[in-house]
Amino acid sequence: MLAYANPQRFLRLARALTPWTLGAGVALAAVGLFLALFVAPPDYQQGDAARIMYVHVPAAWMALFIYICMAVSSAVAFIWKHPLADVAAKASAPIGCVFTALALVTGMLWGQPMWGAWWVWDARLTSVLILFFLYLGYIVLWGAIDEPTRAARAARILALVGAINVPIIHFSVEWWSTLHQGATVFRAGGPAMSTSMLIPLLTMALAYNVLYVAFLLIRMRMEVSERRLRTIRLGLEAAPG
Amino acid sequence: MSGWQSFFEMGGYAAYVWPAYAASILALLALGLISWREMKRSERLVALSEASDRQS
Repeated sequence: MLAYANPQRFLRLARALTPWTLGAGVALAAVGLFLALFVAPPDYQQGDAARIMYVHVPAAWMALFIYICMAVSSAVAFIWKHPLADVAAKASAPIGCVFTALALVTGMLWGQPMWGAWWVWDARLTSVLILFFLYLGYIVLWGAIDEPTRAARAARILALVGAINVPIIHFSVEWWSTLHQGATVFRAGGPAMSTSMLIPLLTMALAYNVLYVAFLLIRMRMEVSERRLRTIRLGLEAAPG
Repeated sequence: MSGWQSFFEMGGYAAYVWPAYAASILALLALGLISWREMKRSERLVALSEASDRQS
Protein backbone atom coordinates (compact mmCIF):
# COMPACT_ATOMS: atom_id res chain seq x y z
CA MET A 1 0.00 0.00 0.00
CA LEU A 2 2.87 2.34 0.77
CA ALA A 3 3.71 2.32 -2.95
CA TYR A 4 0.52 4.32 -3.51
CA ALA A 5 1.80 7.03 -1.22
CA ASN A 6 3.23 8.41 -4.43
CA PRO A 7 0.47 10.73 -5.67
CA GLN A 8 1.28 10.07 -9.34
CA ARG A 9 0.91 6.34 -8.88
CA PHE A 10 -2.25 6.86 -6.84
CA LEU A 11 -3.74 9.10 -9.55
CA ARG A 12 -3.11 6.48 -12.21
CA LEU A 13 -4.81 3.78 -10.13
CA ALA A 14 -7.67 6.09 -9.12
CA ARG A 15 -8.33 7.13 -12.72
CA ALA A 16 -8.51 3.47 -13.78
CA LEU A 17 -10.83 2.51 -10.90
CA THR A 18 -13.22 5.49 -10.94
CA PRO A 19 -15.51 4.42 -13.85
CA TRP A 20 -15.71 0.81 -12.63
CA THR A 21 -16.59 1.63 -9.05
CA LEU A 22 -19.06 4.29 -10.16
CA GLY A 23 -20.72 1.88 -12.60
CA ALA A 24 -20.83 -0.96 -10.07
CA GLY A 25 -22.24 1.34 -7.37
CA VAL A 26 -25.04 2.64 -9.59
CA ALA A 27 -25.89 -0.88 -10.84
CA LEU A 28 -25.97 -2.29 -7.30
CA ALA A 29 -28.13 0.61 -6.13
CA ALA A 30 -30.58 -0.03 -8.99
CA VAL A 31 -30.82 -3.71 -8.03
CA GLY A 32 -31.11 -2.82 -4.34
CA LEU A 33 -33.90 -0.30 -4.96
CA PHE A 34 -35.77 -2.82 -7.09
CA LEU A 35 -35.50 -5.49 -4.38
CA ALA A 36 -36.48 -3.02 -1.65
CA LEU A 37 -39.54 -1.64 -3.43
CA PHE A 38 -40.85 -4.61 -5.43
CA VAL A 39 -39.50 -7.86 -4.01
CA ALA A 40 -39.25 -7.37 -0.22
CA PRO A 41 -42.49 -8.18 1.60
CA PRO A 42 -44.29 -5.53 3.70
CA ASP A 43 -43.60 -5.89 7.42
CA TYR A 44 -46.33 -7.68 9.38
CA GLN A 45 -46.44 -4.85 11.94
CA GLN A 46 -45.29 -1.75 10.06
CA GLY A 47 -46.62 -2.56 6.58
CA ASP A 48 -44.93 -0.69 3.72
CA ALA A 49 -43.46 1.94 6.06
CA ALA A 50 -40.79 -0.65 6.87
CA ARG A 51 -39.41 -0.13 3.35
CA ILE A 52 -37.80 3.04 4.70
CA MET A 53 -35.40 0.66 6.46
CA TYR A 54 -33.64 -0.14 3.15
CA VAL A 55 -32.47 3.47 2.74
CA HIS A 56 -32.26 4.38 6.45
CA VAL A 57 -30.16 1.56 7.91
CA PRO A 58 -27.45 1.47 5.19
CA ALA A 59 -27.11 5.27 5.39
CA ALA A 60 -26.66 5.04 9.16
CA TRP A 61 -24.07 2.27 8.78
CA MET A 62 -22.17 4.42 6.26
CA ALA A 63 -22.34 7.42 8.61
CA LEU A 64 -20.45 5.38 11.23
CA PHE A 65 -18.19 3.45 8.85
CA ILE A 66 -16.98 6.58 7.03
CA TYR A 67 -16.26 8.28 10.34
CA ILE A 68 -14.16 5.27 11.40
CA CYS A 69 -12.29 5.47 8.05
CA MET A 70 -11.71 9.19 8.65
CA ALA A 71 -10.39 8.62 12.16
CA VAL A 72 -8.11 5.74 11.03
CA SER A 73 -6.74 7.87 8.15
CA SER A 74 -6.12 10.70 10.59
CA ALA A 75 -4.22 8.35 12.92
CA VAL A 76 -2.17 7.06 9.96
CA ALA A 77 -1.41 10.66 8.98
CA PHE A 78 -0.19 11.37 12.51
CA ILE A 79 1.91 8.23 12.97
CA TRP A 80 3.34 7.44 9.52
CA LYS A 81 2.97 10.86 7.85
CA HIS A 82 1.50 9.05 4.85
CA PRO A 83 0.92 11.83 2.31
CA LEU A 84 -2.43 10.45 1.13
CA ALA A 85 -3.88 9.81 4.59
CA ASP A 86 -4.95 13.42 5.16
CA VAL A 87 -6.27 13.49 1.59
CA ALA A 88 -8.41 10.38 2.24
CA ALA A 89 -9.77 11.77 5.52
CA LYS A 90 -10.57 15.16 4.04
CA ALA A 91 -12.21 13.58 0.96
CA SER A 92 -14.33 11.29 3.15
CA ALA A 93 -15.89 14.01 5.30
CA PRO A 94 -18.49 15.42 2.86
CA ILE A 95 -19.53 11.87 1.87
CA GLY A 96 -19.99 10.87 5.51
CA CYS A 97 -21.83 14.11 6.16
CA VAL A 98 -24.35 13.38 3.36
CA PHE A 99 -24.93 9.80 4.59
CA THR A 100 -25.46 11.09 8.16
CA ALA A 101 -27.96 13.68 6.92
CA LEU A 102 -29.75 10.92 5.00
CA ALA A 103 -29.85 8.68 8.08
CA LEU A 104 -31.39 11.56 10.07
CA VAL A 105 -33.92 12.60 7.39
CA THR A 106 -35.07 9.07 6.53
CA GLY A 107 -35.21 8.33 10.26
CA MET A 108 -37.52 11.28 10.82
CA LEU A 109 -39.72 10.11 7.93
CA TRP A 110 -39.90 6.70 9.60
CA GLY A 111 -40.33 8.02 13.14
CA GLN A 112 -43.36 10.17 12.37
CA PRO A 113 -45.70 7.33 11.26
CA MET A 114 -44.28 4.76 13.75
CA TRP A 115 -43.62 6.77 16.92
CA GLY A 116 -45.89 9.74 16.19
CA ALA A 117 -42.95 12.16 16.34
CA TRP A 118 -40.46 13.42 13.77
CA TRP A 119 -37.81 13.78 16.43
CA VAL A 120 -37.20 12.71 20.02
CA TRP A 121 -34.14 13.66 22.06
CA ASP A 122 -33.20 10.09 22.87
CA ALA A 123 -29.64 8.77 23.06
CA ARG A 124 -29.46 7.29 19.55
CA LEU A 125 -30.90 10.26 17.70
CA THR A 126 -28.95 12.81 19.71
CA SER A 127 -25.61 10.99 19.29
CA VAL A 128 -26.14 10.75 15.51
CA LEU A 129 -26.98 14.45 15.40
CA ILE A 130 -23.66 15.07 17.19
CA LEU A 131 -21.95 12.92 14.52
CA PHE A 132 -23.49 15.17 11.87
CA PHE A 133 -22.08 18.26 13.60
CA LEU A 134 -18.68 16.57 13.95
CA TYR A 135 -18.59 16.08 10.17
CA LEU A 136 -19.64 19.71 9.61
CA GLY A 137 -17.06 20.98 12.11
CA TYR A 138 -14.35 18.89 10.45
CA ILE A 139 -15.18 20.30 7.00
CA VAL A 140 -15.31 23.87 8.31
CA LEU A 141 -12.00 23.44 10.17
CA TRP A 142 -10.13 22.54 6.97
CA GLY A 143 -11.42 25.72 5.37
CA ALA A 144 -10.88 27.94 8.41
CA ILE A 145 -7.10 27.54 8.72
CA ASP A 146 -5.04 28.94 5.83
CA GLU A 147 -1.76 27.21 6.52
CA PRO A 148 -2.17 23.62 5.16
CA THR A 149 0.00 21.77 7.70
CA ARG A 150 -1.71 23.49 10.64
CA ALA A 151 -5.16 22.85 9.13
CA ALA A 152 -4.26 19.16 8.67
CA ARG A 153 -3.08 18.88 12.28
CA ALA A 154 -6.21 20.48 13.72
CA ALA A 155 -8.47 18.35 11.50
CA ARG A 156 -6.69 15.13 12.59
CA ILE A 157 -7.15 16.00 16.25
CA LEU A 158 -10.87 16.75 15.76
CA ALA A 159 -11.40 13.50 13.82
CA LEU A 160 -9.65 11.45 16.52
CA VAL A 161 -11.34 13.11 19.49
CA GLY A 162 -14.74 12.80 17.79
CA ALA A 163 -14.19 9.05 17.36
CA ILE A 164 -15.31 8.65 20.99
CA ASN A 165 -18.82 9.25 19.65
CA VAL A 166 -18.75 6.12 17.44
CA PRO A 167 -19.07 3.48 20.20
CA ILE A 168 -21.50 5.77 21.99
CA ILE A 169 -23.78 5.72 18.93
CA HIS A 170 -23.49 1.95 18.52
CA PHE A 171 -24.22 1.11 22.15
CA SER A 172 -26.63 4.01 22.81
CA VAL A 173 -29.60 1.68 22.30
CA GLU A 174 -28.28 -0.65 25.01
CA TRP A 175 -26.87 1.81 27.54
CA TRP A 176 -29.90 4.06 27.72
CA SER A 177 -33.57 3.27 27.33
CA THR A 178 -34.39 4.68 23.94
CA LEU A 179 -37.30 4.78 21.55
CA HIS A 180 -34.98 3.62 18.78
CA GLN A 181 -34.89 -0.15 18.34
CA GLY A 182 -31.77 -2.17 19.03
CA ALA A 183 -29.39 -3.75 16.54
CA THR A 184 -31.01 -6.38 14.30
CA VAL A 185 -28.12 -7.29 12.02
CA PHE A 186 -24.84 -6.60 13.87
CA ARG A 187 -25.78 -8.39 17.09
CA ALA A 188 -24.52 -11.35 19.09
CA GLY A 189 -26.13 -14.50 17.69
CA GLY A 190 -26.36 -13.20 14.12
CA PRO A 191 -29.00 -11.22 12.26
CA ALA A 192 -32.60 -11.49 13.50
CA MET A 193 -34.35 -10.74 10.23
CA SER A 194 -35.97 -12.85 7.54
CA THR A 195 -33.86 -13.50 4.43
CA SER A 196 -36.47 -11.80 2.24
CA MET A 197 -35.67 -8.51 4.02
CA LEU A 198 -31.99 -9.16 4.75
CA ILE A 199 -31.01 -9.61 1.08
CA PRO A 200 -32.43 -6.24 -0.12
CA LEU A 201 -30.91 -4.56 2.95
CA LEU A 202 -27.44 -6.04 2.35
CA THR A 203 -27.64 -5.21 -1.38
CA MET A 204 -28.35 -1.56 -0.55
CA ALA A 205 -25.55 -1.60 2.03
CA LEU A 206 -23.10 -3.00 -0.55
CA ALA A 207 -24.25 -0.38 -3.09
CA TYR A 208 -23.64 2.41 -0.58
CA ASN A 209 -20.18 1.02 0.23
CA VAL A 210 -19.18 0.84 -3.43
CA LEU A 211 -20.57 4.34 -4.03
CA TYR A 212 -18.48 5.54 -1.09
CA VAL A 213 -15.35 4.12 -2.74
CA ALA A 214 -16.28 5.75 -6.06
CA PHE A 215 -16.97 9.15 -4.48
CA LEU A 216 -13.85 8.84 -2.33
CA LEU A 217 -11.67 8.22 -5.41
CA ILE A 218 -13.26 11.21 -7.18
CA ARG A 219 -12.81 13.52 -4.20
CA MET A 220 -9.25 12.29 -3.53
CA ARG A 221 -8.35 13.01 -7.17
CA MET A 222 -9.82 16.47 -6.67
CA GLU A 223 -7.82 17.03 -3.49
CA VAL A 224 -4.53 15.77 -4.98
CA SER A 225 -5.03 18.11 -7.97
CA GLU A 226 -5.78 21.06 -5.72
CA ARG A 227 -2.60 20.40 -3.73
CA ARG A 228 -0.59 20.11 -6.95
CA LEU A 229 -2.11 23.40 -8.12
CA ARG A 230 -1.12 25.10 -4.86
CA THR A 231 2.46 23.86 -5.24
CA ILE A 232 2.64 25.08 -8.84
CA ARG A 233 1.34 28.52 -7.83
CA LEU A 234 3.80 28.77 -4.93
CA GLY A 235 6.58 27.82 -7.36
CA LEU A 236 5.49 30.55 -9.78
CA GLU A 237 5.50 33.14 -7.00
CA ALA A 238 8.94 32.06 -5.84
CA ALA A 239 10.44 32.04 -9.31
CA PRO A 240 11.60 35.45 -10.58
CA GLY A 241 9.43 36.87 -13.36
CA MET B 1 -57.55 -0.48 -7.74
CA SER B 2 -54.76 -1.19 -10.20
CA GLY B 3 -51.48 -2.78 -9.14
CA TRP B 4 -49.50 0.38 -9.82
CA GLN B 5 -51.91 2.55 -7.91
CA SER B 6 -51.61 0.38 -4.82
CA PHE B 7 -47.83 0.34 -5.31
CA PHE B 8 -47.67 4.13 -5.27
CA GLU B 9 -49.95 4.29 -2.23
CA MET B 10 -47.46 2.18 -0.24
CA GLY B 11 -50.15 0.85 2.08
CA GLY B 12 -51.04 4.39 3.14
CA TYR B 13 -47.43 5.35 3.92
CA ALA B 14 -46.70 7.04 0.56
CA ALA B 15 -46.10 10.41 2.26
CA TYR B 16 -43.19 8.89 4.22
CA VAL B 17 -41.77 6.16 1.98
CA TRP B 18 -41.43 8.20 -1.23
CA PRO B 19 -39.76 11.26 0.33
CA ALA B 20 -37.26 8.93 2.05
CA TYR B 21 -36.34 7.27 -1.26
CA ALA B 22 -36.36 10.57 -3.18
CA ALA B 23 -34.08 12.26 -0.61
CA SER B 24 -31.64 9.33 -0.73
CA ILE B 25 -31.43 9.22 -4.53
CA LEU B 26 -31.25 13.01 -4.98
CA ALA B 27 -28.66 13.59 -2.24
CA LEU B 28 -26.30 10.89 -3.55
CA LEU B 29 -26.80 12.02 -7.15
CA ALA B 30 -26.01 15.62 -6.20
CA LEU B 31 -22.94 14.57 -4.18
CA GLY B 32 -21.66 12.48 -7.10
CA LEU B 33 -22.26 15.18 -9.72
CA ILE B 34 -20.78 18.03 -7.67
CA SER B 35 -17.70 15.96 -6.72
CA TRP B 36 -17.21 14.89 -10.35
CA ARG B 37 -17.47 18.45 -11.68
CA GLU B 38 -15.05 19.86 -9.10
CA MET B 39 -12.60 17.01 -9.72
CA LYS B 40 -12.68 17.57 -13.50
CA ARG B 41 -12.20 21.30 -12.97
CA SER B 42 -9.13 20.97 -10.76
CA GLU B 43 -7.59 18.25 -12.97
CA ARG B 44 -8.03 20.54 -15.99
CA LEU B 45 -6.39 23.43 -14.14
CA VAL B 46 -3.41 21.26 -13.22
CA ALA B 47 -3.03 20.12 -16.84
CA LEU B 48 -3.19 23.76 -18.01
CA SER B 49 -0.61 24.98 -15.47
CA GLU B 50 1.76 22.13 -16.25
CA ALA B 51 1.48 22.84 -19.98
CA SER B 52 2.23 26.54 -19.46
CA ASP B 53 5.10 25.57 -17.12
CA ARG B 54 6.73 23.54 -19.86
CA GLN B 55 6.38 26.42 -22.32
CA SER B 56 8.05 28.98 -20.08
